[in-house]
Amino acid sequence: MDMNPGLYGLVAEFDDPTALVQATRSAREAGYRRMDAYAPFPIEGLPEALGFHRTKMPMLILIGGIVGALSGFALQYYCAVISYPINVAGRPLNSWPSWIPVTFELTVLIASLTAVFGLLALCGLPMPYHPLFHVPRFNRATRDAFFLCIEATDPHFERTATRDFLAGLHPREVSEVPQ
Amino acid sequence: MQQKSAAPATHPIESGDGVPPVMGPGYTFRSVSEKISSITLARRTPRGWWLGFAFTFALTMMLLYTIFWLLFVGVGVWGINVPVAWGFAIINFVWWIGIGHAGTLISAILLLLHQKWRTSINRFAEAMTLFAVANAGLFPLFHMGRPWFFYWLLPYPNTMRIWPQFRSPLVWDVFAVSTYGTVSLLFWYVGMLPDLATLRDRARNRWVQIIYGIMAMGWRGSAYHWKRYEMTYLILAALATPLVLSVHTVVSFDFAVAILPGWHSTIFPPYFVAGAIYSGFAMVLVLAIPLRTFYGLQDFITLRHLQNSAKVMLATGLIVGYGYGIEAFMGFYSGSIYERFAQVNRMFGPYAGAYWALIFCNVLAIQVLWFKAVRDNPPWLFLVSLIVLVGMWLERYVIVVTSLHRDYLPSSWGNYSPTVWDWTMYLGTIGFFFALMFLFVRLLPMISISEMQALLAESKEVGEVTTEKS
Repeated sequence: MDMNPGLYGLVAEFDDPTALVQATRSAREAGYRRMDAYAPFPIEGLPEALGFHRTKMPMLILIGGIVGALSGFALQYYCAVISYPINVAGRPLNSWPSWIPVTFELTVLIASLTAVFGLLALCGLPMPYHPLFHVPRFNRATRDAFFLCIEATDPHFERTATRDFLAGLHPREVSEVPQ
Repeated sequence: MQQKSAAPATHPIESGDGVPPVMGPGYTFRSVSEKISSITLARRTPRGWWLGFAFTFALTMMLLYTIFWLLFVGVGVWGINVPVAWGFAIINFVWWIGIGHAGTLISAILLLLHQKWRTSINRFAEAMTLFAVANAGLFPLFHMGRPWFFYWLLPYPNTMRIWPQFRSPLVWDVFAVSTYGTVSLLFWYVGMLPDLATLRDRARNRWVQIIYGIMAMGWRGSAYHWKRYEMTYLILAALATPLVLSVHTVVSFDFAVAILPGWHSTIFPPYFVAGAIYSGFAMVLVLAIPLRTFYGLQDFITLRHLQNSAKVMLATGLIVGYGYGIEAFMGFYSGSIYERFAQVNRMFGPYAGAYWALIFCNVLAIQVLWFKAVRDNPPWLFLVSLIVLVGMWLERYVIVVTSLHRDYLPSSWGNYSPTVWDWTMYLGTIGFFFALMFLFVRLLPMISISEMQALLAESKEVGEVTTEKS
């Protein structure tokens, strides 16, 4: 049941990265889990402060690379041995050493495509609309401001208590994020 | 744009005894962001930009006209014929591909090596890679004669019931170059995603907001996204590193796997890769020196960047010089009369002028880079870089032409000379390259904003950096 109709969450703005990391740690210690922090550049320790320790990206890319290598080699094997076997100066049909370059290129290609599309998929991008874009000052999140947003779906979220909690972290400003 | 608060200016980043910093002093997160993005978002386009773009656009039109004429008449408008069937097309292909390699080196290899000085030059170096690869691709495409059948190079089930010959380096080349182009594009775009969001958020004009908004895909700087992003970027760099080495290795296989005297040599892969990076850094300097002056970016693209690029150029140039030495030595040491003749013909045959000009450009001229006074002097570096670019073009000219024009059978010897259409195509691609660079610096952030900010945050003086209140 929606306790806070029309509310996405509460967002607090900070002036520097250290304050944001500290505020995030405090929020996590206070029991908040459904929250996110926003910054114009990657900040060391911030994802960990949110409780986000490992990403699936390396595993995804590894799988992409293995698929690329196997399919690259299989493609050449099929072409040169099964579908169109021709004798080139008595070389064996399965002349695998000369297939290494293409196998390598396809490994890199499929791994890179997996990396980029995997990144977009895991991040849920493209997402042209997001409730935070309603917050007037949020457009500074890509320039020089640092935000911590506690979402209304968090079990501990309570409109006034959370607002007071965020205000206690010495932010520049706390604003409501409409849905 | 400068910090107005009373707080003391931050120290320049990463400066040591007598070493120029990688970023000038006095910047805040905000001023870095504004300085870079305002170049793109400025309403007025500088007059110099229009002049430069108009000139390079005219050359691009010349390229299109050449291509039209080439398709209308056929590849005979070029100077290629038997025995020199490769000519300018392959010379220019190798030249452009090589230039592209420095972009990947800067963005990927230097990232893995934690070289902080790469940060301000990686973006436009990657753009350089993309545009160079696009130009490189034009040459083999039109060299095919019937470029509308280019897809015959790809393995797909067809009614002719044949497949590409995967034992041939020319097929490897198709895979290497197309993979390289694709991965460079992905790497460039992913790197730009946060900056496109910055432009979206700073833009005032509705249409500009919408266009950058679409390109930024809704990036909002979430810490979750940043973590995945950093990991992805690092792994892409790790993938691009062996890729860039493989591409020029495969390009060199186009030559080395052939049994032609002067080509059939095991030194080719390392020597081609070094030559590629060498010419690429020369192009980086040719682009960086005017850009930093014209747009007042001396605080971001500092003397440190120029010096380091000059050092890489010197080091790779020496490897290239060593390659020439080994080539000549092996020609005589091989005991093969054909190899020996290929060397003598290169040095004293009809194309001796090109050979000695290349020795001057690539071996002698770069020795001035040993002197700090030259490495500290942008106009000198610019001049040396131009000489290197000419030298590397001559190198490919000598390799392609001298080996092909006199092979084993004197009865099949012949000479090669380019036609006016060879030159218009070559100069046209140079124009096209610079026209794309002009569009790039006007429409997209030429320096990575988020990486510059991260560099600022990382620096020891971070405590003194105060974000300005608005």
